[in-house]
Amino acid sequence: MKKLVSFLLVLLLALGMFAGCSSSTTEPADDGASDSAAAADGNVVYIGVFEPASGDNGAGGKQETLGIQYGHAVQPTVEIGGTEYQVELVYADNQSANDKAITAAQTLTSAGVSVVLGSYGSGVSIAASDVFGDAGIPAIGVTCTNPQVTAGNEHYFRICFLDPFQGTVLANFAKELGATKAYCLAKQGDDYSVGLCTYFQQAFGEGNCVYETFPEGTSDFSAYVTNAKNQGCDVFFAPTSTEAAALIIDQAATQDLGMPMLAADTWDSNVITSAAQGKDNIELYVTTFYQEGGNAEFDAAFKEWINSDETNLTNNNGNDMISGLSVMGYDAYFVALEALKAAGSTNPADVMAALWDVTYDGITGHIEFDDVNGDAVRDAAYVKQCNTGTGAWDFVKVQYAE
Amino acid sequence: MEFFNANLPYLLSGISVGGQYALIAIGYTMVYGILRLINFAHGDVFMVAGLMMVYLSTAVPIYLAVPLVILLTVLLGFVIEKVAYKPLRSAPRMSVMISAIGVSYLLQNLALYITGGLNKNYPTLPWISDTITLFGATTRRVTVITPILTILLVAGLVLLINHTKTGMAMRAVSKDFETSRLMGIKINNVISATFIIGSFLAAVGSMLYFSNYPGVTPTAGAMPGLKAFVAAVFGGIGSVPGAVIGAFLIGICENIIKALDTILMQLGVIQSGLGLATFSDAFTFVLLIVVLVAKPTGLFGEKAAEKV
Repeated sequence: MKKLVSFLLVLLLALGMFAGCSSSTTEPADDGASDSAAAADGNVVYIGVFEPASGDNGAGGKQETLGIQYGHAVQPTVEIGGTEYQVELVYADNQSANDKAITAAQTLTSAGVSVVLGSYGSGVSIAASDVFGDAGIPAIGVTCTNPQVTAGNEHYFRICFLDPFQGTVLANFAKELGATKAYCLAKQGDDYSVGLCTYFQQAFGEGNCVYETFPEGTSDFSAYVTNAKNQGCDVFFAPTSTEAAALIIDQAATQDLGMPMLAADTWDSNVITSAAQGKDNIELYVTTFYQEGGNAEFDAAFKEWINSDETNLTNNNGNDMISGLSVMGYDAYFVALEALKAAGSTNPADVMAALWDVTYDGITGHIEFDDVNGDAVRDAAYVKQCNTGTGAWDFVKVQYAE
Repeated sequence: MEFFNANLPYLLSGISVGGQYALIAIGYTMVYGILRLINFAHGDVFMVAGLMMVYLSTAVPIYLAVPLVILLTVLLGFVIEKVAYKPLRSAPRMSVMISAIGVSYLLQNLALYITGGLNKNYPTLPWISDTITLFGATTRRVTVITPILTILLVAGLVLLINHTKTGMAMRAVSKDFETSRLMGIKINNVISATFIIGSFLAAVGSMLYFSNYPGVTPTAGAMPGLKAFVAAVFGGIGSVPGAVIGAFLIGICENIIKALDTILMQLGVIQSGLGLATFSDAFTFVLLIVVLVAKPTGLFGEKAAEKV
């Protein structure tokens, strides 16, 4: 009896371990099945999707992945060197954690991908960069905005704007709102939020900023909100993950923050709008890559695709609101296809060489890479305000850095 | 007066979060008192209670969901003890502890599997989530209710321990496991009762905690659980009043550290921020080390009497 119980226990625990892993491996496993079918035809090219599906940035990562998947649904084949290739997406969950990112990246390199897309969140991209570099595989950052992602290497490209630009845009916008003293809140050790706060402070004037960081795993943000009020700030800048954002918004509403909140591209998510909906004392602005309504045809088709599948709907946080992240994911997928076409081969080295000269007119605008770091040349960001009544984003303006 | 008004919110949220830690800490301390086991899964039971509320509130009305969550959490605590700890009753203490760590990971991974790793928004509980104004500070009603409810529950628990038969049995078992068994105390019932009480308090704690900080993730129980454990050790593990006082102290200190920059600047002691807020978590653990160095059994811990 006792032996049986302990055996069952061991079994249960072992199952638990698999439950943990499954969230990171189920998707590639699914793909494995369809791979073999496509491989029968012979011509398959693999594109790695390096995105978080769990952890702090899970929600954003899933939305970005959705865009890539939609791109794949629209255009599942690519012509490389005169031959029609089937595109297969290979997924790896980096779990929003810098230490897990490396393992996830290794899964992709050993799966033989020609090019990698992602990740949402700069920290994981920086952490995994060397893995891709050593394997000679090019990576296209979708919305990782920290300069370090592409600086000093030749394999990491990106299609979004950078934090120095975004921080300046946000600081300019804060000044336009009439703010003279800003409260900046970042997560300790998080490249993205710490970086953005630094650039924001540089542009806004460091003497006029109160800068604080919170440790990993914080859920009590009440003290930070009170600090902002007590220090007499008139704008609250918190470019954190969406998970922290929901809690910060909640505290801000509870304590009646009384100043506008500003954040960057991560907050362009329906996680934020649903957190802020109905909280009338919240005034919230974000800078982002795309405003729903920018391309009606794309919007309608994408919404239809999301609604056609229960899983997509869940991954998009339960409704069909279009996140700028998804649109960037969609564009990134097509940039990857362009690179494959230009390379004329599925060899990662050829794709890397071809990427420098790729240009593409995407939904989010014209995309081309500079020849220093492989960063996208972009000069404008959209500013949106959260409508707390309807729970949607209202377009405010297009903001330039100058 | 102005100084007081400006800084009242820190104190309020400190007391409130302290009360929530206290409710979790009691679970740790009681189980330790009786089984000499650090139940690492306790923080995760707290998290599961939060998740249950998220899912149940979509299925049944809130007034049904609240008792149902409490009931299911109690059941979970009871089952964990029966399945993971009872078979190891005569095994070395280390084995039980490893089993507890296993249960903790099992719960976290199950939660990860069910939620897909995404943050779940905790439902708004009516009345306690309302915003109120107290001496010029705007806060939620739950902030004020938590310490009161905590103290009431603890008073009830102390009465139960000191004045009922079950309580007497608990005290006997915590004094001497083997002898109380010889005296005819049904050990298994006493242990089950301990887990039931601990889980009940964790369920209540989770409702108060997540009403204030409404994001439930698979690891949401880790930090509060760890801090509650620190509170239990701080107050002297095995002592219920000790755990409660320890929890309130940690909750308040943590919030004051987060605010220290702002307070010092108001007082004119410093001109610019020192970035002390960063150390709010580190402080909790430094405090633990200091207390353990100065007083190894904690503030109210019993001296371990060596039996020859």
